[in-house]
Amino acid sequence: MQLTLWTYEGPPHIGAMRVATAMRGLHYVLHAPQGDTYADLLFTMIERRDARPPVTYTTFQARDLGADTAAIFQNAVSEAYARFRPEAMIVGASCTAELIQDDPGGLARALDLPIPVIPLELPAYQKKENWGASETFYRLVRALAGPRAEPAPREGRRPRCNILGPTALGFRHRDDLVEIEKLMAALGVDVNVVAPWGASPADLGRLGAADFNVVLYPEIARAAAQHLQKTFGQPMVETVPIGVGATTRFVEEVAALAGVDPAPVLAGAPSRLPWYSRSVDSTYLTGKRVFIFGDATHALAIARVAATELGFKVVGLGTYTREFAREVRAEAALHGIEATITDDYLDVEAAIQAAQAELVLGTQMERHVAKRLGLPCAVISAPMHVQDFPARHSPQMGFEGANVLFDTLVHPLMMGLEEHLLGMFREDAEFHDGAAPSHLTRHGTAPSVPAAAEPAAPAIEIPLTAPPPDDAPAAWEASAEKELKKIPFFVRGKARANTERFARERALSRITVETLYDAKAHFGR
Amino acid sequence: MNAHVSLPATDAACGVTIRQERGQRAVFCGLTGIVWLHRKIQDAFFLVVGSRTCAHLIQSAAGVMIFAEPRFATAIIDERDLAGLADMNEELDRVTRRLIERRPDIRLLFLVGSCPSEVIKLDLPRAAQRLSRSLSPDVRVLSYSGSGIETTFTQGEDACLAALVPELPRAAAEAAPSLLVVGALADVVEDQFSRLFAQMGLEHVAFLPARRAGAMPAIGPNTRILLAQPFLADTARALEARGATRIPAPFPLGAEGTTAWLRAVADAFGVDPRLFAEVTAPGLRRAEQALAPYRALLGGRRVFFFPDSQLELPLARFLSREMGADLIEVGTPYLHRGHMAPELALLPAGTQVVEGQSLDAQMDRCRAARPDLTVCGLGLANPLEAEGLATKWSIELLFTPIQGYDQAGDLAELFARPLVRRTRLEV
Repeated sequence: MQLTLWTYEGPPHIGAMRVATAMRGLHYVLHAPQGDTYADLLFTMIERRDARPPVTYTTFQARDLGADTAAIFQNAVSEAYARFRPEAMIVGASCTAELIQDDPGGLARALDLPIPVIPLELPAYQKKENWGASETFYRLVRALAGPRAEPAPREGRRPRCNILGPTALGFRHRDDLVEIEKLMAALGVDVNVVAPWGASPADLGRLGAADFNVVLYPEIARAAAQHLQKTFGQPMVETVPIGVGATTRFVEEVAALAGVDPAPVLAGAPSRLPWYSRSVDSTYLTGKRVFIFGDATHALAIARVAATELGFKVVGLGTYTREFAREVRAEAALHGIEATITDDYLDVEAAIQAAQAELVLGTQMERHVAKRLGLPCAVISAPMHVQDFPARHSPQMGFEGANVLFDTLVHPLMMGLEEHLLGMFREDAEFHDGAAPSHLTRHGTAPSVPAAAEPAAPAIEIPLTAPPPDDAPAAWEASAEKELKKIPFFVRGKARANTERFARERALSRITVETLYDAKAHFGR
Repeated sequence: MNAHVSLPATDAACGVTIRQERGQRAVFCGLTGIVWLHRKIQDAFFLVVGSRTCAHLIQSAAGVMIFAEPRFATAIIDERDLAGLADMNEELDRVTRRLIERRPDIRLLFLVGSCPSEVIKLDLPRAAQRLSRSLSPDVRVLSYSGSGIETTFTQGEDACLAALVPELPRAAAEAAPSLLVVGALADVVEDQFSRLFAQMGLEHVAFLPARRAGAMPAIGPNTRILLAQPFLADTARALEARGATRIPAPFPLGAEGTTAWLRAVADAFGVDPRLFAEVTAPGLRRAEQALAPYRALLGGRRVFFFPDSQLELPLARFLSREMGADLIEVGTPYLHRGHMAPELALLPAGTQVVEGQSLDAQMDRCRAARPDLTVCGLGLANPLEAEGLATKWSIELLFTPIQGYDQAGDLAELFARPLVRRTRLEV
């Protein structure tokens, strides 16, 4: 039993719904009590879909338990078939129905419907949403992609690929797909099938006609792509094209498998990120301490972008996707840190604090943690929030995705030039801490300049002979406090903390101007 | 709780047609009530004993509220518990202790049963007793079921309040007659009603639930109970079993509903009719003033209710009688004939009331009727909007203070807003 105040992932049948909702001509009959119908709102409210998900819930009640829940299930399957006439169906149980062991697969088979009916076994008490999506997609592909076949001859036609992974309720899946299709078109590669997004069961039957597969979200599509590799000998591209470097590698890998020349696509400056990152305004990004947490796909990709394309220092990296813990640990090791693998947001909060991050890139939950801690934050991963479905095109993948990432990751921080000028004019009458914006005071009262810049002298004099108790911060002398004020505010907090630490380590009871600069020299190495 | 007895198709007394429907339902389970109950009882914590689905449901229904360290959580049952590798009662004790350490401000802890905990027959009442003993006197532990196999949406509040009833102090047999208003109301609404009852000369008025666990009201044979919400069947039964008498009344929605609700109390306590008129006149005048501009917007509009909160009947009565709307179909997940008798009597003759649900059939009827306004759950709203139907999400009617004179205008506005919005948009 696990105490959970909030969860990053839903149960596995939500993953199955994400696959079913992304597809056309597929219907999902879920053996579940009425409360489970809340899942509709994930798709209709959060994602703003204009139709109910293609799901029929049996909504059995307590009084049905003694009677015949199996009959209720069979009824629901028959009625769903008659009403929706799907090309194929998936059937399964949610957590409660799993306990009553009605065997949805067997019951549906007994109805002998004239369409493929694919049973799903999604253990609700061990697995979670992304695993559920992966398993569902794999089962669908296995059942519908057809038997083993030889790759089609390549002569006289353009290369063909499948794009696997985008689902409903996915983080920017809608927009990522547009970018990837654009890249494929530019490379001269035809897209055979995109799945699950927009695919029908019949489309899954055509998967074998592609030369290779592109796996956009390994959490969801790796298992299916491995099956296709075995069955049709289709190689897969698993590089997640998030960031300029990864997109470049992705293009090269696709080009190699397709036998085309990647040079025209990579020529020139396909993304603005490199120049924006090299332009002088970005120098203030250097070494910014960033904490990254999300699903494995995004956490891994964003860590690389943050370190190598924006010049941040990755001081924390983690994921709630336990299935990819190994990959995330390996990436963390490259940054010289230990990965945070957890699905308890309180652990993540503690890790953010311990890492002394200056920027948090996480999920909606980390956004709120960061708000509490007074840190800037950008959201880079599911779980989904209505804000994660922007009206504008906002991909993470491809070269345009890299542009979006530059803005997303940098905008929460103050712009470099702006920050520099504010620091420079710190004590200016117009820019000091107490001044209202100048455009608001033009016709009103004059901005109030503090009468005395001198900080008040400490009320209690601490005798120099008595060392402060353990961990109590050393007292700042007024002159040192005044000197500290001259340091630009955006590094002032760090200077204060470092100086106090320096004083503590040396058991200094008072901080003088000398201490301040000694500390600066000590930590500035 | 959802068990239906078979009823005659038409209620001859009031000319309302009542039909029952069975099939797929699109409603929340009783766990959802936690979202407003934890705000109401300010030192109570709700620990759902359930699955990841339960946790996901509550966080999806609660929206951003979840980020503020709310007073609810889920003890997620995992495969070790089910396989018997872990003793579930020990696990529950461990989780509860950890929770109480984290939140020493908790005085009342509800263990809330879920579909999985009911199916595996985890004995939460016994666990609550055990934990209550070990955590006494700082924390009292109670239990109720919010499971979707037994409760629909607002029935979770009913189950929660019913669990409080045996804990209420006993009022002395010779105690002065008192009024107990039952059902969670917004504090502001509660305070308005308190003032009205005081002006009517009622000295002993209490509310269930109280705002703090230690301040729950006493109950006895001289207690008269007045339901403020239409979904409290079990709570009323438990209170009656403790000797209290229920004052039948319509529900305090709209000016007419509020007056009738207050009048039922005035009659029961022998308040002078002139005093009653004097006390209610200012509120009534303000309500009329606030409602007037919405009549033009809502009058003659055809309204369709999907079943959701059990508030549907009183809301339909308000829209029909005070706003002049036409009722196409009034769905309700469950119909308590006794508690709803005063409401049924006020509905226009020929109103189609449907108890229970068969989702696809109901959506077909709704599409065919092309209502001007459809009141439905969150999951259905955007799909219906995309089909060109204006909708009002019913969950907002539970989170917004809508009872009483000074909220009558707000209630009308909630229904008018989707219609007004459509007239503004040119895209």
